[in-house]
Amino acid sequence: MRAKYVLSEVFLGLWRNVTMTIAMMITMAVSLTMLGASLLLFLQVEDMKVYFYDKIQVSIYLKKEVTDAERTSLEDAIKGDPLVESYFHETKAEAYENFKTMFRDAPDLVNSVKPDTLPESFRLSLKNPEEYQKAFDKYKSYPGISDIIDQRRLLGKIFGIMSGLQSMALVIAIVQGVAALLLVVNTIQVAAYSKRREVAVMKLVGASNWFIQAPFVLEAVFAGIVGALLAFGALVLAKVFLMDGSLKVLTELLTPVKWSNVIKTLPLLLGVGATVNAITGWITLRFYLRV
Amino acid sequence: MIALEHVTKTYPKASRPSLDEISVGIEKGEFVFFIGPSGSGKSTIIKLLLREIQPTRGKVHVNGREVGAMRSWKIPNFRRSIGCVFQDFRLLPNRTAYENVAFALEVIGKSKAVARRVVPEVLELVGLGGKEHRYPHELSGGEQQRVAVARAFVNRPLILLADEPTGNLDPDTSIEIMRLLDRINRTGTTVVMVTHDSNIVNQMRRRVVEIDSGRIVRDQPRGVYG
Repeated sequence: MRAKYVLSEVFLGLWRNVTMTIAMMITMAVSLTMLGASLLLFLQVEDMKVYFYDKIQVSIYLKKEVTDAERTSLEDAIKGDPLVESYFHETKAEAYENFKTMFRDAPDLVNSVKPDTLPESFRLSLKNPEEYQKAFDKYKSYPGISDIIDQRRLLGKIFGIMSGLQSMALVIAIVQGVAALLLVVNTIQVAAYSKRREVAVMKLVGASNWFIQAPFVLEAVFAGIVGALLAFGALVLAKVFLMDGSLKVLTELLTPVKWSNVIKTLPLLLGVGATVNAITGWITLRFYLRV
Repeated sequence: MIALEHVTKTYPKASRPSLDEISVGIEKGEFVFFIGPSGSGKSTIIKLLLREIQPTRGKVHVNGREVGAMRSWKIPNFRRSIGCVFQDFRLLPNRTAYENVAFALEVIGKSKAVARRVVPEVLELVGLGGKEHRYPHELSGGEQQRVAVARAFVNRPLILLADEPTGNLDPDTSIEIMRLLDRINRTGTTVVMVTHDSNIVNQMRRRVVEIDSGRIVRDQPRGVYG
């Protein structure tokens, strides 16, 4: 019976102050959506690192007029290099074959390239891809080299943009979160005021503190949970209509956003929404429902 | 049952203490009036006994417990052994007489079945049989105070505190309420009543403790208002 009483008080309280309740849930939802988006971006960057890091290579391109001696001395150096996990030598012919397969959908492009236009190269997989700079320093002065390209650098730029977006989402989440918390504080004050007579009587006859406070705290928790579910819904919609919809080209170019990552945000959103609101509600009551 | 030992209570920003070194003991089953002019400090005693406030100095013992030092989480349980009636009734306007009394039971965890059994009984006892389903605004002042008394007594408290319970009532109705408190006192409940209604004090002929400017100036058994 007590649980029933508390629950009916919760919904009565939310309904009595319905505009504030809705405002609280919406701000909560926006804040949590941003929090979820920032988590998704973080997971995405992690996934991309795992996916790309063992595929990326340092490519040492050789000049067209490279001599056999230069090539051999470079290859010997690479062979004995402790930084290098493995390497292979791509001749002009192989480079042309790879080019043809890679751009088989664009015959005009393939036709414009002659078999000897593309440079030959050494492709190095490093033991630790972070040590690119060492490899670069070591080989840059070898004769016959035209260019050293680290694919990690390109990825680094993309990761930079993504973590920039992530920080932006976090900032919005925090600002909206503060607004949501102020609304929670206000809602609880209004609820406590509208029930001041009941609360006075409850204190007088010795109702336990948790019993007096529970309906108010649960109102806030309920709003937090609804906000979290709305936010999760927004992320699912974003996945369906943005990631797999209008932005599909972009996500395919990188790595697609996984459903498992989207689902991972749900417990976080629920946990943050409910816990933060509960704590805020409880602290508010410390000030407004003195025993 | 109740003992104040050298209790001083000074409110913040007040120039002089509301209660000044007060010592008084009340036995189980007693009926005690605290009388005195407005601002003499008598309502402060009720607040101390309820642990709404803490004494600045001295000790307040109620039911064998030192109330001043009580941890705040123990207060609710402590208050369940005390009933309380006020001048302004403090009923919930959107609940009937029955619901007002039942509310007091339900919020301390008693089941609806218990309420169904006990509430009509206690409403009968205070003379409101047949008016269980009236709302406070449909009852006279005296009847509202009876509801409040029923709510205070439904838990069978050891102590009943009454803070000017007849302050808003006409003399005849006041006497009816006093009869009711007297009956409750006869069941063994200690009654502490704060009042400045001389008529009532003179009729009842019970122990009178007079307070003036925060000090006890008289304490006599079977006293009059003076």
